[in-house]
Amino acid sequence: MDDLRAGLNEVDCDLLVIGGGTAGPMAAYRARKKNPNAKVILLEKANVKRSGAISMGMDGLNNAVIPGHSTPEQYTKEITIANDGIVDQAAVYKYAQNCYGIIEELDQFGIRFQKDENGEYDVKKVHHMGTYVLPMPNGDTVKKALYRQLRRARVLISNRYMATRLLTGKSGRAAGAIAVNTRTGEFLVIKAKAVIMCMGAAGRLGLPTSGYLYGTYENPTNSGEGYSMAYHAGAKLANLECFQINPLIKDYNGPACAYVAGPFGGYTANSKNERFIECDYWSGQMMQEFYNELQSGKGPVFLKLNHLHKDTADHIEHILHTVERPSRGRFHEQRGTKYSEQMIEMHISEIGFCSGHSASGVYVDEFARTTVPGLYAAGDMASVPHNYMLGAFTNGAIAGEHAIEFADDVDFDDFDDAATSLEQERVLAPTRRDDGIPPNQIEYKIRRLVNDYLQPPKVTAKYELCQARLAEVRHDMETQMMARDAHELMRSMEVASILDCADMAAFASLYRTESRWGLYHWRSDYPGSNDVDWKCHVLLSQENGVMTCEKKDVAPYIIPIGEDEKDAYYKQRITAQA
Amino acid sequence: MPIANTPTTVPVVVDEDKCIADKGCTVCVDVCPLDVLRISDLTGKAYMKYDECWYCMPCEADCPTNAVTVNIPYLLR
Ligand SMILES: Cc1cc2nc3c(=O)[nH]c(=O)nc-3n(C[C@H](O)[C@H](O)[C@H](O)COP(=O)(O)OP(=O)(O)OC[C@H]3O[C@@H](n4cnc5c(N)ncnc54)[C@H](O)[C@@H]3O)c2cc1C
Ligand code: SF4
Ligand code: SF4
Repeated sequence: MDDLRAGLNEVDCDLLVIGGGTAGPMAAYRARKKNPNAKVILLEKANVKRSGAISMGMDGLNNAVIPGHSTPEQYTKEITIANDGIVDQAAVYKYAQNCYGIIEELDQFGIRFQKDENGEYDVKKVHHMGTYVLPMPNGDTVKKALYRQLRRARVLISNRYMATRLLTGKSGRAAGAIAVNTRTGEFLVIKAKAVIMCMGAAGRLGLPTSGYLYGTYENPTNSGEGYSMAYHAGAKLANLECFQINPLIKDYNGPACAYVAGPFGGYTANSKNERFIECDYWSGQMMQEFYNELQSGKGPVFLKLNHLHKDTADHIEHILHTVERPSRGRFHEQRGTKYSEQMIEMHISEIGFCSGHSASGVYVDEFARTTVPGLYAAGDMASVPHNYMLGAFTNGAIAGEHAIEFADDVDFDDFDDAATSLEQERVLAPTRRDDGIPPNQIEYKIRRLVNDYLQPPKVTAKYELCQARLAEVRHDMETQMMARDAHELMRSMEVASILDCADMAAFASLYRTESRWGLYHWRSDYPGSNDVDWKCHVLLSQENGVMTCEKKDVAPYIIPIGEDEKDAYYKQRITAQA
Repeated sequence: MPIANTPTTVPVVVDEDKCIADKGCTVCVDVCPLDVLRISDLTGKAYMKYDECWYCMPCEADCPTNAVTVNIPYLLR
């Protein structure tokens, strides 16, 4: 294994889904359900059985809109306010209307959700305004249940193939993708009538303070290829300056996690044992207060459960230590920390792109269509804000159904054969050198620069310095990066995506000359928000190989937001502390 | 410039007495999202080849003989 082999295979299909984590399996499954004659390929860098953010399972649904507990209108309003008004509501509203059906479908797959003594869904309040969090007592079964459905629907699965570039047809449509086998370096060219990208967040952008390149909040397999490939294919990317930054357990790369602990009475506290934010739901506004407290004399910040009954604290600990990030239990065991006894120190994650948690993603409409015909995106990498796991499932389903209908109506769009040979040359260049820099060192350098210069607070002069340094690193990458086997070749290609994402993060952030979304886009030289000029999307794309940004109006709201409501998420800080 | 190997402790430990890779098992290698486990040519047993772990634990959860332990690596402790 890992020895490089020369090889190029070509296959075709009606629909290519790239990324078999959460959104991807649902997209492929629904496409096959809708058209059982269609040939659907699901391409995955890792192994669909255990890939993506939910590789071990999930603690709960963070954004379930369940009749009797909340309405699609309330949810759409809440997310519009949480995302500081920069929301095309049609996509959020459509998600909110469809997600209950997906919950019922997942239930039929065998994934159970918590019910109360009357058999009703036991939904909890964590958000600022509404009630949307639904625990999953057997959340560890998600991946297995999905895999069963994929097999049943006879989706064609290709594991250990990493997509590196999309193919664009002569008429401008998506025409497929090029992928590299991560264990042999052999190429696969997949011709398709429609393509859905579900490659997750850009999780390897900032550098975790632990020093481990892979000790990230996100699954580090998600190294930003989705964003990079969309960019190179000419798609537009929305609001990349709205970074993802999450509260984590200090040193350990797992969430702290207010969504689990909050409903039982756990909360975020400062070192004086005081609660300082009203609402622990993750938003840029909340993260700003978190950051302020960390920097203040009252820091650091803690997850506080030790005021609860021991049984309750132990119960929360049990959930947090078994399902989604089970190594968290080992971490605390080694430290000797017990949730019922001590407060748990928290910290701030590295930066990344992710619409699942914030709003940075490839621009999509309510049918998951990108700005390139025949190209779709769903899940963390698509621009529907605060979409989380249920959003990945729901919008994956929407994408799958729409894309297969699109594919039914069109033929293959021919592409230039030169595109594949050019891409082969780009990918293999690091293998042609027998002297050079290994990919991990180039990656470390990029991500160290990201931490030094791009982490908020964002300072214009630092950003410009970073751009100059990143350009130097790009030159090194293009002339000196060296890969000795197929595994290092995969890492080399990841480095290229990470660098693209770093460039995009810097460029988009400089373009928006205001502050918005709390900590996510806090520009110290433009500290206030400016609705007159900037209550709009920023779309980033390339024109003839040159990066560019433009403004796009927010679509007229379907659900109106009152003047007195629009700033609700800025009212996080508890003023009179008990 | 020449390349050196820098030593590092890795989080995944395989109990070689329990590992049945020599009977054809490759489960942990197959499921790892980061693709960092391999079967050793030398011992015929699974081991962690690359220090690129997310501490997610499918390798441990799916091993049919409970041969795998994922530890918290030193810099995180
Ligand atoms: C630690 C953690 C805890 C979370 N907790 C919750 C929670 O409790 N509740 C909740 O609702 N949400 C939670 N989320 C968010 C939720 O898990 C994600 O929003 C959702 O799973 C994203 O789905 P996705 O399909 O976009 O990405 P993923 O599921 O990550 O899938 C992306 C897939 O793409 C593959 N891939 C990447 N690059 C390539 C490439 N170049 N070629 C081929 N394949 C590629 C990856 O291997 C992966 O399988 C959590 C996320 C994390 C990281
Ligand atoms: S899964 Fe267990 S038995 Fe199988 S190869 Fe890995 S360690 Fe060995
Ligand atoms: S813990 Fe996760 S990343 Fe580490 S070896 Fe096991 S499966 Fe791979």
